[in-house]
Amino acid sequence: MAFLCIDGLRARYGKLVVLDDVNFSVEKGEIVSLIGPSGSGKSSLLRALIGLLPIETGEIRLDGETIDYRDKQSVRRLRDRLAIVFQQYNLFQNMDVLRNVTLAPTKVKGWPSEECRRQAIQLLEKVGLGEKLHSYPDQLSGGQQQRVALARALALRPEVLLLDEVTSALDPELVNEVLDSIRILAKDGMTMIIVSHEMGFVREVSSRVVMMAAGRIVEAGTPEEIFDNPKNERARDFVSKILHR
Amino acid sequence: MPSIAEQLPHFLTYYNVEFLLKAALTTLALSLSGCVFGFVLGFAIAILRETRMLMLLPFRVVSVVFVEVFRRIPFLVTLFLVFYACQVLSFDVSVFIVATISTCIIGAAFLSEVVRTGFDSIPIQEREAAEAMNFTLAQVLTLIVIPQAWRVILPPAFAFFLSFIKDSALASQLGVVELTYSAKVMNNKGFSPVLGFGAALILYFIISYPLARVGLHMEKRLGIPMHRRP
Repeated sequence: MAFLCIDGLRARYGKLVVLDDVNFSVEKGEIVSLIGPSGSGKSSLLRALIGLLPIETGEIRLDGETIDYRDKQSVRRLRDRLAIVFQQYNLFQNMDVLRNVTLAPTKVKGWPSEECRRQAIQLLEKVGLGEKLHSYPDQLSGGQQQRVALARALALRPEVLLLDEVTSALDPELVNEVLDSIRILAKDGMTMIIVSHEMGFVREVSSRVVMMAAGRIVEAGTPEEIFDNPKNERARDFVSKILHR
Repeated sequence: MPSIAEQLPHFLTYYNVEFLLKAALTTLALSLSGCVFGFVLGFAIAILRETRMLMLLPFRVVSVVFVEVFRRIPFLVTLFLVFYACQVLSFDVSVFIVATISTCIIGAAFLSEVVRTGFDSIPIQEREAAEAMNFTLAQVLTLIVIPQAWRVILPPAFAFFLSFIKDSALASQLGVVELTYSAKVMNNKGFSPVLGFGAALILYFIISYPLARVGLHMEKRLGIPMHRRP
């Protein structure tokens, strides 16, 4: 059985069905990218996975354990192994960079603070922000803030990293610095589910690509299958639109 | 009628000054208890309204009703409500206690909304990020929300404190001898209103000015963006 299984997932925002019978799975070490037009449910899928969007029906299994999203302890165990990075970074504005990264490991995981500090510095250096340890979020550019958010998520040593359009809010010239950091993670063998509109990047790093439309998965396969030879009508339409911009 | 200058020596007798200062202390005690207790209870209500536990639902409902009701009725009506409630329940309490209970009720109702607005000013995404990292509600509030909320909470809170000192004058309607009442007493004794109400003006200023300074100081310390703090 796959490491993360999503089975028959359905979720709504009010009356609007945002996820409808979504099935897919992720193996350890895989990088699965979710693509598709805006409003197709990609971000909702990540939010549902981490328990920020209530699910209506469906089953999610992590490492063999079925997650009960109504049970706080079950969700806590899930969140203990997953981490998410948001489009809008969502750093804690009242803390400097270092504290943003060390806060959860010390306060939630209860790891020794000296070790957390060392790890945080190491991670921040990895994303190229070793010089910015004591800056506050509002003193950083969007790209820098997003790299801090990446380091903050990694500091929890997640087994699966969810990236929700992490470059969509950035100025074009800042996109690459964030993508480079993710490439490093990909090389390290990090399991990731990526929602992205950077098709070149998706094609380069993904082991599998899942295309969504109107809350459903319309096609899934290797990057080559999806981008060069989409079988589904909607997938073909979407690919031709994004590739011939 | 003798001139103000002629009245002054008679006005400033030991007895009169003591009377006025006692009244000023009553005003201070009324407003301070309302502000301090009101702020503590208001904070508690605001935090209670953040919880999602089913067990606490009845308390949430009660607190919402409490806040919505007492924010909407005049302070004077609250005073009489408490006054008659105490009579009906045959609590033998002084009018001062009645006035103190009333100020605490009004303070809590208004300040809980001030605090709640402060909490709401923190972007929901920051809280979601924390939630996704398994922070508990207590941690989210103490580590992330409250430190950032002061900026939004303090200015209206201190504006409320200051207006509250003046509103406490309404307690005179129950016969509480606070500052405004004492000025009226001096007037009735035959002193010029300039002396009676002039003394009240000075004493009101002495009470509220330091509070305004404290507010300004706290806003400077807690209310500015983090990276510019000394």
